Amino acid sequence: MSHALAGVDLQVAQGQIFGIIGRSGAGKSTLIRMLNLLERPTQGRVLVHGEDITRFSDAQLRAYRQRVGMVFQHFNLLRSRTVLDNVRFPLRLAGLGKDAQTQRAQEVLALVGLSEHAAKYPRQLSGGQQQRVGIARALANRPELLLCDEATSALDPETTQSILRLLLDINQRLGLTIVLITHGMDVIRSVCDRVAVIDAGRIVEQGEVLDVFLHPQHAVTQSLLSESGMDAEGWREMAQGVGGRLYRLSFRGDATVQPMMSRVSRELGVDLSILQGSVGSIKGTPYGQLVVSAQGGSEGLGQLAAALAAHGIECEVLRP
Amino acid sequence: MMFANVDWPLILEATIDTLLMTGFSLLFTVVIGLPLGVLLFLTSKGQMMQNGPVYQVLSFVVNVLRSVPFLILLIVMIPLTRVLAGTSLGVQGAIPPLVVSAAPFFARLVENVLRELDPGVSEACRAMGANSRQTVLLALVPEATTGIVAAIIVTAIALVGYSAMSGVIGGGGLGDLALRFGYQRYQTDVMVVTVVILVVLVQLLQVFGDRLVAKLTRK
Repeated sequence: MSHALAGVDLQVAQGQIFGIIGRSGAGKSTLIRMLNLLERPTQGRVLVHGEDITRFSDAQLRAYRQRVGMVFQHFNLLRSRTVLDNVRFPLRLAGLGKDAQTQRAQEVLALVGLSEHAAKYPRQLSGGQQQRVGIARALANRPELLLCDEATSALDPETTQSILRLLLDINQRLGLTIVLITHGMDVIRSVCDRVAVIDAGRIVEQGEVLDVFLHPQHAVTQSLLSESGMDAEGWREMAQGVGGRLYRLSFRGDATVQPMMSRVSRELGVDLSILQGSVGSIKGTPYGQLVVSAQGGSEGLGQLAAALAAHGIECEVLRP
Repeated sequence: MMFANVDWPLILEATIDTLLMTGFSLLFTVVIGLPLGVLLFLTSKGQMMQNGPVYQVLSFVVNVLRSVPFLILLIVMIPLTRVLAGTSLGVQGAIPPLVVSAAPFFARLVENVLRELDPGVSEACRAMGANSRQTVLLALVPEATTGIVAAIIVTAIALVGYSAMSGVIGGGGLGDLALRFGYQRYQTDVMVVTVVILVVLVQLLQVFGDRLVAKLTRK
């Protein structure tokens, strides 16, 4: 018998945005659904604050689910209810009084910027607005954990960015832990602190987003990165027509914005040319990765790695 | 002379009887068929209260009742109808067989309407910690309202037709009139009048139903 997931061992710290990335069918949807037991693992435990939720009674599980928000790819709003009533729905389930429901619903609608649409029906809103309603609904019961199941996959790139900014804002303002699944590296890069890469039901790689982006170990991670325009292996083609030594330089933080390249080049008398590179920022931390060819005197070349390392730049020799 | 045989007060009385039969049968049909349809849906495979044996039994009973021709059901049910309605004749006597025939039909329609709903709705309810009762009453049935209203209209129209058949065993209404005067006494004009009234009734129901559905869909 084959399992949708096997040997998955993940830990999510409080207040983090934890991303799970994988191709469709990799098991990421099953994995996130285990965090509120929409799917039940046949073996193993799901611990939340040290408590195994797989052992909860039905009533305990329903109470737990009321404290965990979930946002869906296709929003899953009630079309027969207004925006306000959609957001009130989980509050009603939690047994709040009518006035308290309305008051809290209006608070969260204000938080997602939809106050003026409260009386509308979901179909009168754009996809991005509907997802904001979904997020407001998920936040209504003041959850500690928010699960996002491909929350931006049905949205256009611009709307995706605005929804991601909202998630990041919520995470920072409310200290909410967010677990999200996606098939897009851009989503991971924009908001996540940590990432786990899942393939064929197994976690093949996990770590800080920056580390995984700069030093992807697994083939699946590498191909996911190259699809989002970060092709770590693209230099190979260019390298054939270029002489000299080849290095891969990785840097993050302050090192990114300092004029290291020209300085090192001047000091050591080495000519550097860039074969491939990407520079950007991951959740506010600038990072860069360049593949360069270096030509010059053997003395200068010999000191290159050490000189770069002294400035906080990791240097990996690709071709001596 | 045209319509010489038509006794208009009798026609009016028969029309009212038909409306009463249809109306009351529809009421009981919805009261019985709606929960039955919801139960069929909930116990079916992959749903919240998935239960093979229960679903099989319900489904079997529904199928049996739906496969008995209405005319036969009318006759077979006479003893039961006497117990339930006190008589097997007239408007009262027609209602039990009409309900027994229409409720399973309506239940199937309801089951299908619920099946057509986006499964994301019940998933969202589960994720929010709703129990089955809350999911059904607060989310699924409201979401299915438009479809259920359409199913009620379809059932009402079927009931108008079936109620006419109950004339065969003395059920009263327009069908009774058409049978006794139009068929047995060869009074074609009575037949024509009753048929025209039935057509108008069905048309009115359909137009009213379509408007209601359109209004519900708009929001």
